[in-house]
Amino acid sequence: MANIKSVSKKTKAQAMGMHTEVLTGRTQQKFFNPDEAENFYYFGTHDVDFNKRTDLDVKDMTAAEANKEIDNLMGQGFGTIVIKNPQGKHSLGVGILNKLNLIFEGSLGYFGMGSCDGPIVRINGRVGWSCAENLMAGKVVIEKNAGSCFGAAIRGGDLICKGSVGARTGIDMKGGTIIIGGDAGAFTGFMMQRGRIIILGDVGINLGDSMYDGTIFVGGEIGSYGSDAVDAELTKGDQDWLKRKLKVAEIDENFDVSKMKKIVAGKKLWNYDNLEPAEKKGAI
Amino acid sequence: MCGIAGLIHRGKSSKVGYELQGMLQALKHRGEDSTGYALYGDTDGKNFIMRFKVGENVGEGSTSVAEDVSVYDERKKIVDNYLNEMGAKIIKEERILPYSLRYEIEYNKKDLLEFSQKIESIPGVEILSMGKSLEVIKDLGNAKMVCDRYNLDKLVGTHAIGHARMATESGVDIKSAHPFWGYPFSDVSVVHNGQLTNYWNNRRALENKGMRFMSECDSELIAVYLAEKMRDGASLEEGMKESLIGLDGVFTYFVATKDSLGMAKDTMAAKPLVLYESDDLVAMGSEEIAIRSILPQEIDTYDPFDGEVKVWQI
Repeated sequence: MANIKSVSKKTKAQAMGMHTEVLTGRTQQKFFNPDEAENFYYFGTHDVDFNKRTDLDVKDMTAAEANKEIDNLMGQGFGTIVIKNPQGKHSLGVGILNKLNLIFEGSLGYFGMGSCDGPIVRINGRVGWSCAENLMAGKVVIEKNAGSCFGAAIRGGDLICKGSVGARTGIDMKGGTIIIGGDAGAFTGFMMQRGRIIILGDVGINLGDSMYDGTIFVGGEIGSYGSDAVDAELTKGDQDWLKRKLKVAEIDENFDVSKMKKIVAGKKLWNYDNLEPAEKKGAI
Repeated sequence: MCGIAGLIHRGKSSKVGYELQGMLQALKHRGEDSTGYALYGDTDGKNFIMRFKVGENVGEGSTSVAEDVSVYDERKKIVDNYLNEMGAKIIKEERILPYSLRYEIEYNKKDLLEFSQKIESIPGVEILSMGKSLEVIKDLGNAKMVCDRYNLDKLVGTHAIGHARMATESGVDIKSAHPFWGYPFSDVSVVHNGQLTNYWNNRRALENKGMRFMSECDSELIAVYLAEKMRDGASLEEGMKESLIGLDGVFTYFVATKDSLGMAKDTMAAKPLVLYESDDLVAMGSEEIAIRSILPQEIDTYDPFDGEVKVWQI
């Protein structure tokens, strides 16, 4: 039976003053006030010491047990955690909201490192679908290949795959940078809204389909462009940024960025319903 | 959501029943309404192995209507009579369950269409597979339950494909379970994960060309589609490539023949597949944990791209 008493209690969000606004249009925005800083700490985050290191063998653990143990170790102040034998398990390393050096000695399954904000992660293997979904900040480096929906809906941070990735990389992304050392599949950058994707190899069909904004850089061949994805001029600023990003990502700092293609939103799909029929046809 | 898995040993045989059971059991969270195996065992290649059912499993959440078990015996008798009439000699007979049988038969005609039509003209009887190496075993429950029920873990062979099913498009019964035999071709089987949206258009067209459907499961269409292409002279790989255009929807499927294993992924790449390939083994599944069940050490795997077709030989 549900706990009736809890209904009358204020939720954490209410206690933080998040539900006092009139919920219309831009009045929903809540701006950060330094005087209320303590209200903006994540619940369950930890202060960790990067020099305090430990290993965790998750071979005989479920994903929930492994994640709980990672949380326990962070609670003890460990700032560098090496995960042994992940063996393709799903949902490992999710929901880490503080700084942490996390190293996986092996491969992850689906949804690895989802909903994280801050950790620096190195995965010495491959990852399955939806790696680092909703990443807010931090850096995730995958040494081998990645599955589809890589970096879905990320808001920030750097997500780097040194191998190839599947379809729909960066789908719905709203910020951050995704860097692919190899090839990428179909619908890369599908409905992306902000952020940048760098692909050094080839990319499949429907690149940047229905993208609202953001930028995609491609070093190899493009299977086809998606609706409203168009070429743009690669500026000197773009090239400098690309060089710096590739160097920081330790992926291929000698790559000739001057020959990369730059793809952006044509923005014809914006206000689509206001277009004339002939314009709609052109936009699609 | 369903799970599919497959493996092929190149240049050697292995306990493929046991291995596939591990792979499918690792995927049981993707569906355990039914589980099916298509195992390619080591045989002398002289006789046909016919797996068939004379009724449905009516327990374990089945959507089938319960029948008096006595009808199973009557149907079996008619099958035996028809085999005799067609000149097929039963070499070995096993009745694994009241509704599920395995016959080894000596039959010298190459065209299995007439043979299959005759056997399946008996109401309630369905040939699950017919081949000189292929054995399709499918039933309700998860991979381990089906493996234990049919003693599959000791079966030695070169390759296998399997399916863990969450029923979405049709009933929970054996006839809708995967794998599907590529009727009427000897030793052809198919498993599929996804949805086909032009099922009825394709089905009507294929039925008009004389092809047979046993269920209303959209996945069966792939087996029939490929069978029709091969009947018209296409190779397996050619048929699979044509299927990327002819079949609409989202899908990843595996198809196996006596000496090969293939995979195809639709042009949207909407359904998952992870692949491991080495000189002596190819293993693939909907999720990496399926491959890890037989290869726990660190290995290199990858996701095939959209519209990709691959075929491997033993």
